[in-house]
Amino acid sequence: MSQPKLSIQLNCPLPKLDFDVITLGHGSGGILTHRLLDTGVFNILKNDLLIEQHDGAVLKFDGPVAFTTDSYVVTPIFFPGGNIGELAVNGSINDLAMCGAIPEYLSLSFILEEGLRMDEFWEVLLGIKKASEAAGVPIVTGDTKVVERGKGDKVFINTTGLGRIHPKASIHANRARPGDVVLISGSVANHGVAILSVRQGLEFETTITSDTQPIHKPVLNLLDELGGDVKFLRDPTRGGVATVLNELAIQSGYGVEIIQKDIPVSEQVEGACEMLGLDPLYVANEGIFISVVSEAQSTNALKILQRFDPASSIIGRVVADHPKQVVLHSRIGGKRIVSMLPGEQLPRIC
Amino acid sequence: MKYLSEYRDASVAQQLLEDIKSIVTRPWTLMEVCGGQTHSLVKNGILKMLPKEITMVHGPGCPVCVTPIHIIDEAIELSQKPNVILCSFGDMLRVPGTKKSLLEVKAEGADVRMVYSPLEAVKLAKENPDKEVVFFAVGFETTAPANALSVIQAAKQGIRNYSILTSHVLVPPAMEAILSDPETRVNAFLAAGHVCTIMGYNEYDPIASKYHVPIVVTGFEPVDLLQGIYMAVKQLEQGEAKVENQYIRYVQREGNLHAKKTIDEVFAVSDREWRGIGTIPGSGWEVNKTYALYDARNKFNLVESTAEDHTTCIAGEIMKGKKKPFDCPHFGKTCTPEKPLGSPMVSSEGACAAYYHFSQAEALHA
Repeated sequence: MSQPKLSIQLNCPLPKLDFDVITLGHGSGGILTHRLLDTGVFNILKNDLLIEQHDGAVLKFDGPVAFTTDSYVVTPIFFPGGNIGELAVNGSINDLAMCGAIPEYLSLSFILEEGLRMDEFWEVLLGIKKASEAAGVPIVTGDTKVVERGKGDKVFINTTGLGRIHPKASIHANRARPGDVVLISGSVANHGVAILSVRQGLEFETTITSDTQPIHKPVLNLLDELGGDVKFLRDPTRGGVATVLNELAIQSGYGVEIIQKDIPVSEQVEGACEMLGLDPLYVANEGIFISVVSEAQSTNALKILQRFDPASSIIGRVVADHPKQVVLHSRIGGKRIVSMLPGEQLPRIC
Repeated sequence: MKYLSEYRDASVAQQLLEDIKSIVTRPWTLMEVCGGQTHSLVKNGILKMLPKEITMVHGPGCPVCVTPIHIIDEAIELSQKPNVILCSFGDMLRVPGTKKSLLEVKAEGADVRMVYSPLEAVKLAKENPDKEVVFFAVGFETTAPANALSVIQAAKQGIRNYSILTSHVLVPPAMEAILSDPETRVNAFLAAGHVCTIMGYNEYDPIASKYHVPIVVTGFEPVDLLQGIYMAVKQLEQGEAKVENQYIRYVQREGNLHAKKTIDEVFAVSDREWRGIGTIPGSGWEVNKTYALYDARNKFNLVESTAEDHTTCIAGEIMKGKKKPFDCPHFGKTCTPEKPLGSPMVSSEGACAAYYHFSQAEALHA
C-alpha cells in the first residue's frame, strides 16, 4: 500500500529527534522513553494536569460520574476523514455522551509496534490533539508501551473517559415505551465504508470519509432542552444501526419498527455497499447516535439534531408488537426482521 | 440511485402486485433459481406480499451452499501447506468443512485472505514469488469469466505460483435435475439474471419445451422479481411454456460472447457434486488440460475426500423445492447460521439462512 498522506498540515513541525522509527528502547522507561514523551506526547498534548507528570491525574468530582474505556485497533491507521488517534479520542467522548454525561477528562494509552515510523506516530498524536481540542476534553494521564515487531499492528490505543452525569439525564433502555420515537443524528455507514475503501486489496476510489467526530454537543443540547424525555442514547459503532436497535428491543422488552426510506444513507455509501455486498444497517459509524425520545418531544428533538446535521431523521418507533424484535418496513411496503449478525459481515460471492 | 431506485419504487411494486393478483386463478409454485433472488425476496419482504395462490420455493443457486463439504476440506488442506496463501471470496470463509472453517484455520495461523476478485490473487502471486497462491474458485457461470481470466493472465505473465481450486457449477443441468424428479412441485422458474448476463438464454429453450415449464430470466431488485413473477404466472395461466427475458437491461439472448470465449479457453465441462443434492452429470467446470499447471488439484495432488453432510439436514429437499426451511425440525434450533448443520444455513443467500435472518420471528413462533 502507498505511504499514508499527511492529512493534517503540521503547524508544529516534527521535532528534531535522533530516531526515525519507534524502537523497543522507547518503551523501556529510560532516556529514550523520556525523550519521546517530553519532546513528543507532553509537548503536543500539554495541559495543567498532564504536565504534572504524576503516576496519575488527581481529579475532583461532585455527584455521579460516568466512566468508560475503549481500545482502538483500526487498520489502516490512516483513513479518509481521520486517523486512529482522532477515533480514540472521539470514541471515548461519545461513549460518555451516550451515558448522558458531560465529557471532562480522558486518559490515553499507546501500545506501539517496534518499527512504527516516527512521522506516522506524529500524525496520530496530532490527530489526538486536534480531536481533544475540538471537543474541549483534555488528556490528563497516559502510558506508552512498545512491543516487538510483529506483535502489534503499528499502534493500538486505549482511551478512558470520565465525566459528570448531566443533571437532567436519565438514560436507560428500560425507560423506552411504545409510542416513543427513534431518531438518528446523521447518515449511516460512512465510517465503515471509508475504512474499506483503503483496506489493502480492496482500494476503490471514493470521496466517502469517516464520520468520526464528537457527538456530545447535540446530546447535551437534547438533554438541556428535553431532559427526561430523552430515554435512550447509543452510538452505532461496530455492528451498526441494526445491532443498536436490537439491543434497544432486547433491553427494553418492546419491539422496534423502522422505516427503510427514512434511514439516511448517502448515495455514495449506498452505491459502495451495493458494490461490496454489504447492508449499510450493519456497517460501523463513529460520529452519529441513535436516540429514543418521547412522542410528545419528537419534533423538538428532530429540530435540535438537525441544527447539528440536517441529515438527522426520525427512523422509527418503539412498539408493543413483536417484543424484543426489530422489524423493518421496506421501501416497497414489505416487512422483515432485522436481526443481529452471527459474526462479521462477509461480502457475498455474486 | 440511478438504475436502482427505479427498481425499488413502491408504487411500481404495488401496481405489479395488483397485476399479479388480477391474473392468478389457482395455486402455482415458482422457483427462483438464484440465491441472490432468494435474499432479495426475503430482504424486501416480498414473500408475504404475494397472493396466497403463489408459493415461492428457493432453488439451488447459492454457490456457497452447493459447494460440497469435501471441497471445503480440500481448501482447508491447502491452507495448511507451508508457503501457501489461500485466497477466497468472503462468504466462503465461514462455511464449516468436516472439522473447521477457513476462518478458524486463519485464526490458527494459516495464511487465508479474503479477496474481491481472483485478479487480486494473481497480483498477490506476483508479489510473493516464493509462495504458492491458490484461489478458491467457487461459483456459477457468473464468476467463471473472472476466474478463467485470472488463469489466462497468470499464464501470459509467466506467473507459475498461481493456481485455482475450482468448484464451478452450472445452472441448466441443475434445473433439469429438479424437473426430472417425479415429485417436483415446480411449475415455473425465475432464471438467474446474472448467470444469463454471461451465458444468454438459448440453453433454456430445450428445458422449457421438454418439461413444459415457463422460464423467465429475472433480475434481483424488488420490481424485477415482481415483474418476473407476473410474467411467469401469466404464462402459467395461459398454458404457455416459453423462455422470456425480464432482465433486458443486462441480458441478451446470446449472452456475453467475450466472457463465454474466456470461459471456453480455460474450463472444460465435468460432472459435479452439489452439496445436498448429489452428483449431476455435466453440471460443472474444471480447468482443462491446456491449463493443468494452474489447477490446484493437479498441482498439489489433492486426494478427494468422501466427507458427507449431516444426515438429518433436508438441504436436498429444500433446494429441489420440495420443502421449505420451516418444515425442518432443526431450523433455528439445532441449526443456526452460527452452527449450521447443512448447506442452506451457511451463506446469507442460502434459503435457510435468509429465512433465519429476516423472518426469524414467525419461524420460531409458528
